[in-house]
Amino acid sequence: MSGRAAPLAGLLRRLDALARALLPAGLTLLLMLLAALPSGLPGLLPAVALPCLVFWSVFRPAALPPPVVFGLGLVQDLLTAAPPGTGVLVLLLAHGVAGRWRRLLARQRFLLVWLAFAGLAAGAAALGLGLQALLGWRLLPVAPAFWQALLAIGLYPGLAWLLTRLHEAMRRAEAMA
Amino acid sequence: MIRLSVPLHQALARLSLPALIAAGFGLMLLGKADALLAERARMALADALAPAWGALRQPVLALQGALGEAAGLLSLRTENARLREENERLRHWQDAAASLAAENALLRRQLGVLPEAAPGFVTARVVADGGGAYARAVLLSTGPGQPVRKGAVAMDARGLAGRVTEVGSRSARVVLLTDLNSRIPVLLEGSRARAMLVGTNTARPRLQYWPSGSEPQEGERVVTSAEANAFPAGLPVGLVRRTASGAAEVELFARLDRLDLLRLFDYRLPGILP
Repeated sequence: MSGRAAPLAGLLRRLDALARALLPAGLTLLLMLLAALPSGLPGLLPAVALPCLVFWSVFRPAALPPPVVFGLGLVQDLLTAAPPGTGVLVLLLAHGVAGRWRRLLARQRFLLVWLAFAGLAAGAAALGLGLQALLGWRLLPVAPAFWQALLAIGLYPGLAWLLTRLHEAMRRAEAMA
Repeated sequence: MIRLSVPLHQALARLSLPALIAAGFGLMLLGKADALLAERARMALADALAPAWGALRQPVLALQGALGEAAGLLSLRTENARLREENERLRHWQDAAASLAAENALLRRQLGVLPEAAPGFVTARVVADGGGAYARAVLLSTGPGQPVRKGAVAMDARGLAGRVTEVGSRSARVVLLTDLNSRIPVLLEGSRARAMLVGTNTARPRLQYWPSGSEPQEGERVVTSAEANAFPAGLPVGLVRRTASGAAEVELFARLDRLDLLRLFDYRLPGILP
């Protein structure tokens, strides 16, 4: 950064860019904290975190670098009392897979993206179940993992609609800048 | 900020994901090796977030209240009829309870029963759901003037809800009876047989290890037992329900899906802490 007094417009533009860079991670974190409020729906938090993460990984990969994904995973683990590291691993791998597929997915219609997300969510739930069973060294019921995947798949369209609006607004702002 | 050459920057970016995945594995091993560290980190985060959750709760509660009100208006007539009928029934039970209380007091006086000390309790508000796919827990916001101890018994207005397992400076974590790791010694009130109440991650925990010959009966009341010195005897837990396959489950009195305020009783029991 230059030490010279930048013109006000330049400062504002820089603040604007900073806000845009922080928005995806910040919004994901905020939605996770909101999902932790008592709602009577167990397992809501991971089911909100995964759609947000996958959406940004596909449509705006620069917004969520791996260290940020690591941090979000850690927050998820600490808030859901899961063995620390399991959520980190699941989110990082989901981020990696979504990043792999992004060239393919970013151009597809919504239904196909949703279908791909459904596969990813099922994989993430299975991986989470496997890791927790391995760490606790006991068999765990499959139903909660299934419910978790279903909840994430069900929440995806709503979250994607909201995030798409934001993404487009940010793109317009970037085009103007 | 250090300026890196473009190829080096790209190489670092490509390496960061595998490196962080390895770090994730390391974190898993660390969490396995030092459970206390994970607990401390959890409570530090909960302490930091408790005030924010407390503030966020208000609008959410208002919304839920409005929705509940709307649903209530629709079922006003049937609800009114149900309450009238229930009131009739409860009036009868009130008479029975009053005469039983008088008889109980008389018998206690005659037998010279040692009175049990009334336990102190604090009331705390549930601010967040602390569970995940394989955990059922809630986070409470506790004031600085409210000394909450690990192992305190958490009850809602109707019955036993769980136990305090982790305590921070302004929050506490209560593991609910439905958690997979919850094991509570209970007493079947009809047969006075002891059993274990085992959480299954579903709404109804399961009864196990009752003595042969004293099968839990449908509708039988289940209360805590003082076995293992972890709970005082006689706290209301729930009613026995037999599933279609014959397994004995307990329908809890506490409404764990809509916990709001919890009373934390400190009986100072030395039983095994989780």
